[in-house]
Amino acid sequence: MALIDVRHVTKVFGSRPERALARLKAGASKEEILAESNHTVGLYDISLSVEPGEIFVVMGLSGSGKSTLIRHLNRLIDPTEGEIFIDGMDILKLSIRELEAFRRNKTGMVFQRFGLFPHRTVLQNVAYGLEIRGEPRAAREEKAAEWVATVGLTGYEDQYPEQLSGGMQQRVGLARALCTDPEILLMDEAFSALDPLIRGQMQDQLIELQSRLRKTIVFITHDLDEALRLGDRIAILKDGTLSQIGTPAEILLDPADDYVRAFVKDVNRARVLTVETVMKPPPLRLTDETLEQALAEMQRRGAEIGYVLNARGYRGVVTRDAVNAAIASHSGPTVDEIAVGAPSIAPGASLAEALPATLSSTFPVAVIDAAGSLEGILSATEVGEVLMPARQLEAAE
Amino acid sequence: MFVDIGKPIADATNTFIEWLIVNYGDVFESIANALLTVLVLIEQALRWAPPWSVLIVVGLIAYAASRNLLLSFGIVALAWLLGSLGLWEQAMQTIAVMLVSVAIAIIIGIPLGVLTARSDIARALLNPVLDLMQTIPSFVYLIPAAMLFGLGKVPAILATVIYATPPLIRLTDLGIRQVDHSVVEASRAFGATRWQMLKGVQIPLALPSIMQGINQTMMMALAMVVIASMIGARGIGETVLLGLQRNDPGKGLVGGIGIVILAIIFDRISQAFGRRLQAYRTVGG
Ligand SMILES: Nc1ncnc2c1ncn2[C@@H]1O[C@H](COP(=O)(O)OP(=O)(O)OP(=O)(O)O)[C@@H](O)[C@H]1O
Ligand SMILES: [Mg+2]
Repeated sequence: MALIDVRHVTKVFGSRPERALARLKAGASKEEILAESNHTVGLYDISLSVEPGEIFVVMGLSGSGKSTLIRHLNRLIDPTEGEIFIDGMDILKLSIRELEAFRRNKTGMVFQRFGLFPHRTVLQNVAYGLEIRGEPRAAREEKAAEWVATVGLTGYEDQYPEQLSGGMQQRVGLARALCTDPEILLMDEAFSALDPLIRGQMQDQLIELQSRLRKTIVFITHDLDEALRLGDRIAILKDGTLSQIGTPAEILLDPADDYVRAFVKDVNRARVLTVETVMKPPPLRLTDETLEQALAEMQRRGAEIGYVLNARGYRGVVTRDAVNAAIASHSGPTVDEIAVGAPSIAPGASLAEALPATLSSTFPVAVIDAAGSLEGILSATEVGEVLMPARQLEAAE
Repeated sequence: MFVDIGKPIADATNTFIEWLIVNYGDVFESIANALLTVLVLIEQALRWAPPWSVLIVVGLIAYAASRNLLLSFGIVALAWLLGSLGLWEQAMQTIAVMLVSVAIAIIIGIPLGVLTARSDIARALLNPVLDLMQTIPSFVYLIPAAMLFGLGKVPAILATVIYATPPLIRLTDLGIRQVDHSVVEASRAFGATRWQMLKGVQIPLALPSIMQGINQTMMMALAMVVIASMIGARGIGETVLLGLQRNDPGKGLVGGIGIVILAIIFDRISQAFGRRLQAYRTVGG
């Protein structure tokens, strides 16, 4: 079951949202409603669910409602309409006390504008969540010190936020959110104030952390590369509505509309897409068949080549011509012996990594997973098509 | 042409005050007694203590607030000047009334300021009352106050509190409203209760403004000392009053200088304290 379940959430900012809501349902646009009634549509009819242990990325242009959406998940903002379930619990029904307990124990948040406490030192900032939970000073400061070290700020414990650079402040915000060990992490452009180098490091750190801690993370970003790198799934927001939700590959290969297409057009696909997202099913898998059996199988399936995989692992490729020739010369009893060694690639490799192998090989390259089984094949043509979609080819002509 | 509403208002007020005195006279008396007990205790301590020890304590407080030796010595010198002007006893009386008044103003003012910062309705309701408290001539409430509490220091304290609390309420309200919204939101996101948020984030960040309010309250309380002395509060105000009544401008001037000196002492100490409370704003920069 989904950990976070958002159902038909609409948010209209303003003093009398009901009328604006009615207009919205009648088909009025965000701009019309703003002009007519000075009400801002933050979100309109958003439904999504986030699975436990997932990094769910929300993307969109400035003003598309990303921060509004993430604030609904711990009810810093209440929706005008709709339902939000977390762990099966309807959080809109929580009393103030229950809501406070929910925020204390289940969620942690990193803010776009840091939201650090200027009158508290770095260490006291990081320990804040534990302090709110009532942990004794020594225990909370010990944990806080560990997190300060984890984000690379050792030595700055007793400085005030004002004394730190923007990137350092952002790391304090991250440490503060992680320090309470929450099940759900809400990260609003958590890395956007960092320079590219530190940003890359923080992304790595988050991925590494995630592989150990298995949090559920809702991560907001402007940056598609970051979204593709971190996200298990990505939601794309446009003017408060959802354009598309999907895996990085789905977003890249099958954008739902022009807005999403515009987002993904400059992506370095070769680096982002993995082999498994574009590979084809293998035409023919051979093991220890005799040459005659192999030939019969090839004829039946109409396959020109077969991939030989037996107890000794991936052996290479045989062509129908080679099988015919071998039968004619009576040279060997099994396909294993005539298989031509060929490179293989891992399903998780990026296309950029796979490209040399596909180019140097006469046949489509076998995709072999860690367990040694044949998952699919990848040819240079497919790679080329994915990296240079037909639409762009036409445009280039 | 005019409808006479002045007389009904006056009559109703008089009836109300009489009714209060008849029915709740004991209550007012016990309030007055309680206040008086505290006041007398402070006053006696101040007057009983040898002046040099008071000077030392003043110096220590100034140093604790400012961590500045020069300022502390200056303040001690000013306090010494009070004695040299022949105003020591009166100054101690005035300080006692001020301390009690300011303490009451803080006890009332900060919570009310927090309330108005929280609720626009409370603010809309309280605002005209505060305007009234600050503009209405003090004699208007001194008369009923003297009727309820008797002449002397208690109505003086009451008048001082009424006059001096509004700026503290306003500046507390302002200070809390000005706290960066994103910081309050962060606190909320971590599940802080309202009290935790107030105590740990809003009040500390509003402190500069609150301290400014306390400073203003002190200055306004000092401005009340002359009027307070008219209903028997004694103190330096009495010196000024006597100067007026006996046509002795010299005495009036000496009293006036004494009030100014007290004002400087309270002002510098409270400002220095306010600055130190926000040390984080200046660290490193
Ligand atoms: N408190 C508010 N009151 C009124 N309107 C608001 C409020 N918060 C957000 N909005 C409006 O809602 C819309 C979405 O804002 P939001 O902050 O969610 O955008 P965002 O996607 O996070 O943008 P950015 O990338 O710039 O942070 C904007 O049009 C904004 O003006
Ligand atoms: Mg935002």
